[in-house]
Amino acid sequence: MNDLATPAGHLQPAAFKSDYKPIWCPGCGDYSVLSAFTKAFAAIGRRPEEIVVVSGIGCSSRIPAYLTSYGFHGVHGRALAAATGLKLARPDLTVVVAGGDGDGYSIGGNHFLHACRRNVDLTYVVMDNHVYGMTKGQPSPTTEPDWASKLSPKGTGLRVFHPLAVALAAGANFVARAFSGDPNGVAEILADAIRHPGFSFVEVLSPCVTFRPEQRAWKQAVHPAAVAATDDPARAARRILTDDGFNLGVLYRGDRAPYQPLVGEPAKSVADLEREFEL
Amino acid sequence: MTTTDPAPRTSVSLALCGSGGAGVMTAGNLLLEAAARAGWYGLMVRSSGPQIRGGEAAALLRIATRPVDCLDDQFDALIAVDWQNVHRFADEVPLGPASVIVGDPDQGAAPEVFVASGARSVPLPLKQMAKAIPGSWPNMIALGAAAGMLGIPLDTVRQVVEQSLKKAGDTLPATLAAIDAGARAAASQSGALALAPPAGRADRRWLVTGNQAAGFGAIRGGVRFVAAYPITPATELLEYLAPALPQVGGVLVQAEDELASINMIIGASYGGTPALTATAGPGLALMTEALGLAVAAEVPIVVVDVMRGGPSTGIPAKSEQSDVSIALWGLHGDAPRLVLAPNSIGDCATTTEWAVHLAEALQAPAIVLSDQFFGQARAVTERPAGLGAAPQRLTAPAHAADYKRYALTDSGVSPMAIPGRAGTAYTADGLEHGERGIPSSGAGDHRAQLDKRQRKLAGHDYGARWADVEGTGPTAVVTFGSCTGAAREALARARADRIEARLVSLRLLAPARPALLAAALAGVERVLVVEQNHGGQFLRYLRAEYDLPRVVRSCRQPGPLPVRAADIHRALVALEQGRPA
Repeated sequence: MNDLATPAGHLQPAAFKSDYKPIWCPGCGDYSVLSAFTKAFAAIGRRPEEIVVVSGIGCSSRIPAYLTSYGFHGVHGRALAAATGLKLARPDLTVVVAGGDGDGYSIGGNHFLHACRRNVDLTYVVMDNHVYGMTKGQPSPTTEPDWASKLSPKGTGLRVFHPLAVALAAGANFVARAFSGDPNGVAEILADAIRHPGFSFVEVLSPCVTFRPEQRAWKQAVHPAAVAATDDPARAARRILTDDGFNLGVLYRGDRAPYQPLVGEPAKSVADLEREFEL
Repeated sequence: MTTTDPAPRTSVSLALCGSGGAGVMTAGNLLLEAAARAGWYGLMVRSSGPQIRGGEAAALLRIATRPVDCLDDQFDALIAVDWQNVHRFADEVPLGPASVIVGDPDQGAAPEVFVASGARSVPLPLKQMAKAIPGSWPNMIALGAAAGMLGIPLDTVRQVVEQSLKKAGDTLPATLAAIDAGARAAASQSGALALAPPAGRADRRWLVTGNQAAGFGAIRGGVRFVAAYPITPATELLEYLAPALPQVGGVLVQAEDELASINMIIGASYGGTPALTATAGPGLALMTEALGLAVAAEVPIVVVDVMRGGPSTGIPAKSEQSDVSIALWGLHGDAPRLVLAPNSIGDCATTTEWAVHLAEALQAPAIVLSDQFFGQARAVTERPAGLGAAPQRLTAPAHAADYKRYALTDSGVSPMAIPGRAGTAYTADGLEHGERGIPSSGAGDHRAQLDKRQRKLAGHDYGARWADVEGTGPTAVVTFGSCTGAAREALARARADRIEARLVSLRLLAPARPALLAAALAGVERVLVVEQNHGGQFLRYLRAEYDLPRVVRSCRQPGPLPVRAADIHRALVALEQGRPA
């Protein structure tokens, strides 16, 4: 089955790619993720104006302008909050949030927890390269403890953050891992995540060839998940906590109803509200 | 006891005090509502100790024949249900020799700080009287006594109590009996504090807190998305909106922190829905980065700051006008924003509504500086006028030709594309950008966009609402916000001394309107700047942004005490006579 087939009469992936040239380094994993976005958007059959890509700050957070959909490039770490407000006010839109590991897991960590917990119908794509690239190479929450840099000459000595386990524990309704070296794989998972109701979290291993050139070896390390996604959080937790970190695919698919307060038809007029104050 | 028979008063101030749980706030609210229904005006300020529950509490009431916007210089009566920690209100409840202290002799003597004022003590065995009426409580005896002293018709008090204590069921007869007993006991005092009849009233009056008024103003202004993070003293504004907003088709969401709440409203507004959040100083501090985003990305939002004592956690439940500087200058970069300040409890509705209109029209963030006094005080007020028209955001039609989100227009306002509309997709950006929104670090784009964002605010016609300008004369009192009511009273007293002075109460603080203030101060030789903070933040702002007359004097004090009419009057007379303050 090909989940990426563009529905009849809908736009092709190329229609979602803007003509603005990315600032990324040659060989950056994010190019493939950008390509995957266009394929997934074509596959879900929505038009560019019906999609908003929201991001924070960092290399990967530059992605909205490279697409023809509406975009919102906000402040560092707050993309999930902006996207939550947008989706709650405009449930008709498809809202996808994108960013990196520093943006999402460090400065934006609290919003990550509460976005998972709130379960608004959003898709959150983190391009994780275990480094702050835009500021030229500092450790992020997913950086290995012994990775040395100017800011951490002896490494951080801190255990790494486990985004998938955190997402699951905090209540995300869909948890997946993908690898940028497999753009079609990313696109399939992304389309699946967008279609799935509630908060969908997709961690994409996306190498930084400039500051973490050793991540080129991820291509050899990744492998598809051996079993299909589970809807049992306990089983998903065991798999996520015990796998080798390169297990690709949808790892958890829940059925919690999304958080979406009703918007629309007023039951009262403003004059009705005013009467409550009148003597 | 001696009874005097002075002329009825046009304003009576009364403090109902007791330990938390003694029900003084309930009694105060019922008294205010009864006075309101009987045709008087008035307000009630809540003050309480730092304890979450069970601390000392004071309902500070002022009932008057005409609308009042501030507490009086001192209190005519202090009624204490008990004296537990009530001495802590000594500064907030100033008494004088003509005042009356009503206390229960079984609860011990009144604290020395109150007795030292020379006020007359009137014993009233509240607890014993309540005990004699099974099912009643001392606070209702106190309510009856207060109503009796002020001459508020008991029938009206009974009606209000019946309506608001509907659920009380069996206890209602006991409560009504307690009120009667209190009123009878106060009969010997009648006349001393009797109010003159109401001076005639508007057809439509409101009984409302500033927080409720601001919340309603937001809805009337078109706000349909609110993100909320609880913080004293703004919480009630959000709690008003939580059930009200869905009734008009809107959404309120509780955010995980203030960083989230402001980014949520930016996201909602980017999607085309007018959006607002409310907070206090600590929350505003957290929001400043995202306020800059709203400036740069040109997303309309409104933030109501219900100011409290600062810095840091400060004095959360008490008022202070000390967020002027952060509101005006608290953002990094050159970031033009709107800063507005309501100047009465009723005006919290109109000014918040106006803030929504301005934010929407100018695609910029607007900060509304309310404060704890406005927010948590409940007042009888004339119906605050609405702005009438709906807010107008200039949007781009679908398929707009050669669409540029940040086009350099004459007004500085560019049509805003709304997601869902085809052919105008763009990326809103906090990065500096060119006209199409594409990031740019070039000098030309930066200057052009800085100019544009400044131009749209500076060039707008704000109409007559920018300030309230009253009176004539060579001296002017310049103030804003909750000091306005006291300033107005001080000027009325000065007028009685044949000192003519003007009042300028600024409602629009940013952008500054130097030409308008210069016109308002034409012929003025001396200015008295009134504000409630320690450092003179409003004075510094005036000095930075406006040309002021040569003689400028500051009348200020930090919270939680209000700047009272007497303080302003004294400063005004000294200024007029060329004496030091």
